[in-house]
Amino acid sequence: MSVASLLAAADTVPAPDVEWSALSPFLVVVVGACLLLPIAGLLPRRTRVAWSALFTIAVALGAIGASAWVWHDLSRVGPTERTTVAGAYAVDKFSLFLIVVICVGVILATLLTEGYLRREDLPGAEAYLLYLASASGAIIMVTAADLIVLFIGLEVLSIAAYVLAGLHRRRLRSGEAALKYFVLGGFSSAFFLYGVALIYGATGTTNLVGIAEYLATHRLLDEGLLLAGIGLLIVGFAFKVGGVPFHVWTPDVYQGSPSPVVAFMASVVKAAAFAGMLRVVVVALSTHRLDWQPILYAIAVLSMIVGAVLAVVQSDVKRMLAYSSINHAGFMLAAVSTGADEGIAAVLFYLAAYTVLIGGTFGIVTLFGRRGDGHHDIDDYRGLARREPFLALALTIFLLAQAGTPLTAGFLAKFYVIQAVVDAGSWWLGLVAMLAATISAFLYLRIVLTMYAGVTDADVEVAEPTAEPVRRIHVPLGAKVAIAAALVLTIAIGVVPDPLTHASRTARPELVAPGD
Amino acid sequence: MLELTWLIPALPLAGFVVLLVAGRRLGEPLAGWLATAAVGGSFVATAVVFLGLVAEPAAERRFGQVLFEWVPAGGFSVDLGFLVDPLSVAMCLFVTFCATLIHLYAIGYMHGDPNFTKFFVYLNLFVFSMLMLVLGDNMLVTFLGWEGVGACSYFLISFWHTSDANASAGKKAFVTNRVGDWGYMVAMFLTFTALGSIRYVDIADGAAGLTATTATAVALLLLVGAAGKSAQIPLFVWLPDAMAGPTPVSALIHAATMVTSGVYLFTRMNGVVAAAHPWVSTVIAVIGVATALVAASIAVAQNDIKKVLAYSTISQLGYMFLAIGSGAYVAAIFHMITHAFFKALLFLGAGSVIHGMADEQDMRRMGALRKLMPVTAVTYIVGWLAIAGVPPFSGFWSKDEILLFAWEKSPVLWFVGLVTALLTAFYMSRQVFLTFFGEARWDEPLEDAVPELAVERGLLPYEGENEIDDDIEQVYELDHLPHGVGPKEAIHPHESPWLMTLPLVVLAVMAAVSEIIQLPVTNTTKYLEHWLYPVVEQGEHHLTASTATKWGLAVVAIVAGAVGILGAASIYLKRRLDEQPAAPEVLRNGWYYDSGLAAFMGGPGRAAFEAVAWFDRTIIDGAVNGVATVVRVASGGLQRTQTGFVRAYAGIVTAGAVLVVFVLILRGVVL
Repeated sequence: MSVASLLAAADTVPAPDVEWSALSPFLVVVVGACLLLPIAGLLPRRTRVAWSALFTIAVALGAIGASAWVWHDLSRVGPTERTTVAGAYAVDKFSLFLIVVICVGVILATLLTEGYLRREDLPGAEAYLLYLASASGAIIMVTAADLIVLFIGLEVLSIAAYVLAGLHRRRLRSGEAALKYFVLGGFSSAFFLYGVALIYGATGTTNLVGIAEYLATHRLLDEGLLLAGIGLLIVGFAFKVGGVPFHVWTPDVYQGSPSPVVAFMASVVKAAAFAGMLRVVVVALSTHRLDWQPILYAIAVLSMIVGAVLAVVQSDVKRMLAYSSINHAGFMLAAVSTGADEGIAAVLFYLAAYTVLIGGTFGIVTLFGRRGDGHHDIDDYRGLARREPFLALALTIFLLAQAGTPLTAGFLAKFYVIQAVVDAGSWWLGLVAMLAATISAFLYLRIVLTMYAGVTDADVEVAEPTAEPVRRIHVPLGAKVAIAAALVLTIAIGVVPDPLTHASRTARPELVAPGD
Repeated sequence: MLELTWLIPALPLAGFVVLLVAGRRLGEPLAGWLATAAVGGSFVATAVVFLGLVAEPAAERRFGQVLFEWVPAGGFSVDLGFLVDPLSVAMCLFVTFCATLIHLYAIGYMHGDPNFTKFFVYLNLFVFSMLMLVLGDNMLVTFLGWEGVGACSYFLISFWHTSDANASAGKKAFVTNRVGDWGYMVAMFLTFTALGSIRYVDIADGAAGLTATTATAVALLLLVGAAGKSAQIPLFVWLPDAMAGPTPVSALIHAATMVTSGVYLFTRMNGVVAAAHPWVSTVIAVIGVATALVAASIAVAQNDIKKVLAYSTISQLGYMFLAIGSGAYVAAIFHMITHAFFKALLFLGAGSVIHGMADEQDMRRMGALRKLMPVTAVTYIVGWLAIAGVPPFSGFWSKDEILLFAWEKSPVLWFVGLVTALLTAFYMSRQVFLTFFGEARWDEPLEDAVPELAVERGLLPYEGENEIDDDIEQVYELDHLPHGVGPKEAIHPHESPWLMTLPLVVLAVMAAVSEIIQLPVTNTTKYLEHWLYPVVEQGEHHLTASTATKWGLAVVAIVAGAVGILGAASIYLKRRLDEQPAAPEVLRNGWYYDSGLAAFMGGPGRAAFEAVAWFDRTIIDGAVNGVATVVRVASGGLQRTQTGFVRAYAGIVTAGAVLVVFVLILRGVVL
């Protein structure tokens, strides 16, 4: 829809056609977020049962149910895509798949946050509200079929995430993380918005279908405007997923933010940003694949290598995991760079697996942080296997899965990426990915070995007089459920990957104009 | 009814999971009953599937059930699926049948064991793995089961791992089986390369089109795999030591089911053997018959009641390999089934004796037990007659059929098989006479028991027996001190509880009558042959011998069996002949094969391993450490960019953005 036709139609101002049923997952989350605040306000400040958390989980489950219902509806009706709200919003299996991933991320983060808030003696409800608000932004992003709508989603997602980073008000680092995230996030949003403007300038529309159609039917005399726009969009997305060199905020923010919030950021924010990247860059701008592909190659290779290499030398576990998340982003970017269907399926599988893995990993990291969320130095993990055998074993499984050990979800995630890359003919990229996976294995094994390395008697004798008595870690019910669920899913996806593989291959982003 | 196939392995799996989660809470004996019910249910499911398959016309008895795509990898995809055909259902029937009885028996046998629940956890997992092995519709699923049964076998061998000997026996089984697994895996890769598929249906269809060289390579590699699992020369050393496990384990895993999986594998892949050079089947037959003879000769001189049965199992497995090499696949499966019944019976009977004798295993300290343990004695005698080849018991028919095929392959093979049959009758009769007949000897001290037991378990060297007395306390933990060594205590042999004798009775009936599935009287009574024929038609040899030859061979076999029994009777029952020459030192020590192997591995073998270890340390680890050093140096430089200042970060982001846009425009517009 061009500006001219919009002006011509202005005197009638038709209400856009809204298909409410297709929007139901989004509506559930938004309405849930709106309801959460009054509900939390009516409850007493301290309740024995975490009603707010339960409500949040119920909302997320409701959204998953609604997604399943719409998915089923799409399978039944036939056309795999529906646009609604005048083509601004595309409900297809791709968006539904990612909505489910986002909601799983919300559920895991909520379960972890509940115990965290009690331990740190922080007031509740706000965190859950922000999760839901951020998730609604993420849902807009994965569903948006228009660059402006996508930008709105990005901002809704990000602003809530900035506040979440500063959730622990009494910790300076938490505030510092929030401020850094906010300043740099705003900075990158500017790049993104400028990119949108340039693309609008080059094609005359912000609608993805319109852009794709225009580029397919017109040959631009001067592509400079368009290419600059593409470049800036990629910068905006790469910032959100933490691709090198736009990753610089990641280590500081991950280290400073409350651990459960990191799980949320690493899963939900990444899922939304990758969704936007796939739909805009890979699908809508597929005509210019040869232009953007080298850029993505470079970012992917840098992310994989720099993430792995820097992770190895960190001494703070949360910082290590931040670099490891950059490494993971590199893998997904490698799959994105193929621009092929297998690559998209690989990214979706990776996102789903990664959400589970990161939820479990940060679940245990939250517990190991103890009161104050500060015990994250690698030395604090020494000998934990003896004191907390179950938690240490669970963390070992999650880390091995992140390293890509067979029979876990992580193996197939990496395997599909390398397969997609090789299928697309980029042998060298596959080799780099394998090298990066090998280097990153160091980092995971380092944490595991530290946990299982015994504390020698000499250490104990020296430390004993001054050290505070080490108490067993209290594992709240929410964390128990989250860790157990993540464990089961990690193994289940690794052993029986077929349902997820199938779903990720079915969930292809489509571009269909409204009214088709 | 065929759709119920998934239930067959699912029930033991469910039993395993439930016991794993809630086993300790269930406790004894409920956990045992639950495990038994799971396997029993699996038997019922198998029976239902069997009836469903019978209802189909003979040519269409092949049903596939795919649960899910297991390894989707581009062009190569493996399903987790089941293949229901006459062979797999026949295997499932006797596996679940024997397993149910042995589970039941184990409830009684393991009574009072501190790890009662754990035992049934492993046992159910084993049955699940075994069923996956036989039901899998491709080589990878079979391999999953193959590894699964192996793992359970190691766990169960070292179940009482308080004793060092048991733990090292488990390790020995593990190491030996790795050699076999290597053969299996390479065979699998080669099959995929040659045929583009590892599904049995495709292999059966495509085997005829294989080049003789490829088929030969695959068959020989399968032989390596099968020899490891089924304890054939030269990989049989682990099985006698595996008797360190509880007796129900010996009966189920190391006699009736797991060790026969090599035979199953060859029957499944008979088309490949048929397509290979003819000398391959000769190799298989020679290995089989040599194993049969060597193991039988060793069994003649063993004094441990379970060791005799262990070598006997190796010997009988040798018969099955002889059958495969002679193209007698039906006979091999027939013998596998009858052997499963009578050998499980013998092992369980031996377990009952051990139970009644308060853990005494040395036959020289038994005798006259038939009066004190009547049910065990009678059922054991049925098993003995079956394995000794006395008509009309089942062992006679299956062994006779194998010998007939061996005769057609080569009279030499037949003759060695016949000698083995004579030895079999001899050592089994010796065992029965020493255990159940003669005088009661359980109060007699046994001077040489100490060094011998220790030597048999591989704990002590053969020389220097004088020094042993000092070490004995270290070698055996006090509560596992063998009888005849430790302080004397009164033994009161007694019959076992009904839980243990009931399976004995059922198995005795089966050992006596299971030949009805394949009676060579008329062509129509060969039910098993008609049933299996569609599966084995590519490899099955067709008999040409006249009826007179068949009768003649059968009579010679009966005479050989009678000679063996009478010989044993005159030595061990009537005491007319001296027993010393009948059990020479060289046989008692198993032809020194085990110790020779240990000496070789300790000498030249060890040097070779050390060379490999040096290479690994210096070259491979060097490369790895080199990478680590490079990483450390590189990261030091990179880390300096991570200053913590927002302005620096913003600068990096801006530089990156400028670079991206610049490169894009440069490539797109200028170039």
